[in-house]
Amino acid sequence: MMGKLTWDAVPLNQPIPLVAGGVVLLVILAVLVWVTKRGWIPYLWKEWITSVDHKRIGVMYCFLALVMLVRGFADAIMMRAQQAVAFQSEGYLPPEHFNQIFSAHGTLMIFFVAMPFVIGLMNFVVPLQLGARDVAFPTLNSVGFWLTATGALLVNISLVIGEFARTGWLPYPPLSELKYSPGVGVDYYLWSLEISGVGTLLAGVNLVTTVLKIHAPGMTYLRMPMFCWTTLASNLLIIAAFPVLTATLTMLVLDRYLGFHFFTNEAGGNMMMFMNLIWIWGHPEVYILVLPAFGIYSEVVSTFSHKPLFGYRSMVMATMAICILSFMVWLHHFFTMGPGPDVNTFFGIASSIIAVPTGVKIFNWLFTMYGGRVVFSVPMLWSIAFMVTFVIGGMTGVLLAVPPADFLLHNSLFLVAHFHNVIIGGVLFGLFAGYEYWFPKAFGFKLDEKLGKAAFWCWVVGFYVAWMPGYVVGLEGMTRRMQHYDVPEWRPWLIIAAIGALIILAGIVFQVMQIFVSIRDRVALRDEIGDPWDGRSLEWATPSPPPAFNYAVLPVIEGEEAYWDIKQLARERLTLRDEPEYTEIEMPKNSPTGFVCAFFATFMGFALVWHIWWLVIAAAIGAFATFVVFAWRDEDEYIIPADEVARIDRANRSARSAVLKRLAQMQVAQ
Amino acid sequence: MSGISATADPYRIGHRGGSHQPTAEHAGGGLVSKRIIVGYGFWIFLLSDIVMFSAFFATYAVLVNETAGGPTGRELFDLRNVAVETAALLLSSFTCGIASIGAQRRLHDWYYGAMAITFAFGAIFIGLEVTEFADLVARDAGPSRSAFLSAFFTLVGCHGLHVSAGLLWLLTMMAQVYAKGFRADILRRLLCFSLFWHALDIIWVGLFSVVYLMGAGQ
Repeated sequence: MMGKLTWDAVPLNQPIPLVAGGVVLLVILAVLVWVTKRGWIPYLWKEWITSVDHKRIGVMYCFLALVMLVRGFADAIMMRAQQAVAFQSEGYLPPEHFNQIFSAHGTLMIFFVAMPFVIGLMNFVVPLQLGARDVAFPTLNSVGFWLTATGALLVNISLVIGEFARTGWLPYPPLSELKYSPGVGVDYYLWSLEISGVGTLLAGVNLVTTVLKIHAPGMTYLRMPMFCWTTLASNLLIIAAFPVLTATLTMLVLDRYLGFHFFTNEAGGNMMMFMNLIWIWGHPEVYILVLPAFGIYSEVVSTFSHKPLFGYRSMVMATMAICILSFMVWLHHFFTMGPGPDVNTFFGIASSIIAVPTGVKIFNWLFTMYGGRVVFSVPMLWSIAFMVTFVIGGMTGVLLAVPPADFLLHNSLFLVAHFHNVIIGGVLFGLFAGYEYWFPKAFGFKLDEKLGKAAFWCWVVGFYVAWMPGYVVGLEGMTRRMQHYDVPEWRPWLIIAAIGALIILAGIVFQVMQIFVSIRDRVALRDEIGDPWDGRSLEWATPSPPPAFNYAVLPVIEGEEAYWDIKQLARERLTLRDEPEYTEIEMPKNSPTGFVCAFFATFMGFALVWHIWWLVIAAAIGAFATFVVFAWRDEDEYIIPADEVARIDRANRSARSAVLKRLAQMQVAQ
Repeated sequence: MSGISATADPYRIGHRGGSHQPTAEHAGGGLVSKRIIVGYGFWIFLLSDIVMFSAFFATYAVLVNETAGGPTGRELFDLRNVAVETAALLLSSFTCGIASIGAQRRLHDWYYGAMAITFAFGAIFIGLEVTEFADLVARDAGPSRSAFLSAFFTLVGCHGLHVSAGLLWLLTMMAQVYAKGFRADILRRLLCFSLFWHALDIIWVGLFSVVYLMGAGQ
């Protein structure tokens, strides 16, 4: 009846996961009780859980990412602590637990922190920047989000019911085959990624269609803001790469569940095929994450330098070049596994070539700053820290791309330091910049600047203290994923690294405080007109937060910096353009399809992990029925009357007019 | 001015110039019709599906000679059976096209009739495939016999699962038209269904050539 699931699955004898799981459960219960007592359940259900508004879904993606960031960071600090103490001793984490932690850390950080954060910001910003009312497929968007949440939930369930994979963030066979990993850990990994992978693919289809097909009048491709271009590139990569991940994981599932021989040692299986397939997805994945971050830097650097982006077209070219090149370098992840000198040379050169378009981008940002009035706000600080940090990470990357050097550095802490350098310094800094930058657009008030700067400095300093030692011990020969070691030379560096993790922890504490303090001081931090940073792209033409329909009247785009042109004209004439004629707007209706579908998907994933076959079938029928019910509805849109549209737009127009009036008075006074 | 650019580039594929024609302000924000957006999005989904199949094709190509002492494709494949499968699937694509025309013309009989025949051909295809698989398993040539057979069953079976899902979708579409009539949103779904069904044909042509013809000719 319950498949492989018994009471033994709950790790009653392991205090650490049990206490951690217990605390998480208590927190969830406390939040649920609090929300229910306040009577917020109907509000959450109507306005968030069933929402198909791209802005709400974007915010929920980012929220999921931030929560998972805390979980993933808890894993990180446990590993740093273990390596700081485990010199000639066992430390405090037993090996099987340590292995689960580094596997969960990587899985969570890539799939459930970086991915949802990136997709969340794209979802929130891109339709606004394009001058659109929503994404191409709003309900599908909701389905995609909730399936991602299902994947995250399954990974976290594994903490208290059963175990997680001990095979690293990519489950290399034959270790991940049933013979060597008989537990349910790898199965949790596989099913959570299969399910969330579907969600990611849906998001990719949706965003590509949106960027290519849904624009305000006059928003031609070469007038799109840089972030839209990087979104397009990133989602094209999702469409080309994620199906390969799904196929690869399916093969491993078949090996484990039905005794197939794709990657086994016996009967002709070929485990090198796994390396090739997983990295054909894996290397583009790096660019799926970092390209949108590049887009965020482009927006932020241009806004806070008060200049148009330098070399816009070369930036577009560089983005699309990276998009293509990213599919030609996957083999550099296993130079040492025997492809031979010719193949290694090809991939070594291809990998080095990626540094060229990336260099173009760095110079473009620098020239954007050059001669500008640079304001060192928090998003700008993140961007500057990124430029320095990412150049270091990029250069160690080019080092690793040289096959002879890679033979020395492969799977050492040098490699681990390199990818943390580019993922923290490249992706995460960009996401934090975007979070600070667009937060006022989403919620109508800015984040507290002082705490933002404190968090920034802790993160940056903490990152360097935590990861520069990694390069040193890597060169001294320390391999990755060591539960304990007995080389005395490594110890001081690993203690320094643990201190670095503590400094980052302080940064995270400041970030959490920043949210609470900003909510408390929201009146003082209010963004009245919707343009808190003197922005240049279209999203700042809307009120903060934007109404459901984004634009009362679709803007007509006549240049590269759509909003800047409109704003300059208003500043010259000291008046807004004439009030447009308001008409009613049709918007897509909310739908619980995404949530209900993910509800069934969660049971399905759990049942597949534990071989509870009747539940698998029941959940599959439930998911299909959900879609049929959705397909049967008669009205999928509701109408916002013209009066309502006018009321919302007039409020924003009067706020903006007030600013212009003040400007006029200042000019008269002079 | 807007008239000229609209005729030159009605769906704004090139997005040249700024034809500032005001159009219906739907949720899509759109200058492009919903039909175009839905079809375009579904095409992109199909591309991703084809990428997934290409991973299985590549795997098959790598493992095709890894028979581990077991039977090879030459010994196993029955081309006559495959020819019937192919005929059934290709004909089903034709009848699926007829059903699309029937729906466009609002001809209920043509629509239901052609959809039913499409279903029948699809069911014949699946029936033959299941028989083939069962026969192979009975001859100790199941998927766990060798890496070659693992790859074979996965590639062909993945296509078969797609066809089965297509059959389920087909029945749903018939029921939808029966319950709701030829509504615009249902016609859009029908467009996606027929794209899906034809794409499965394209994949089958690849499968038929790479797996069966090349396998039997070895």
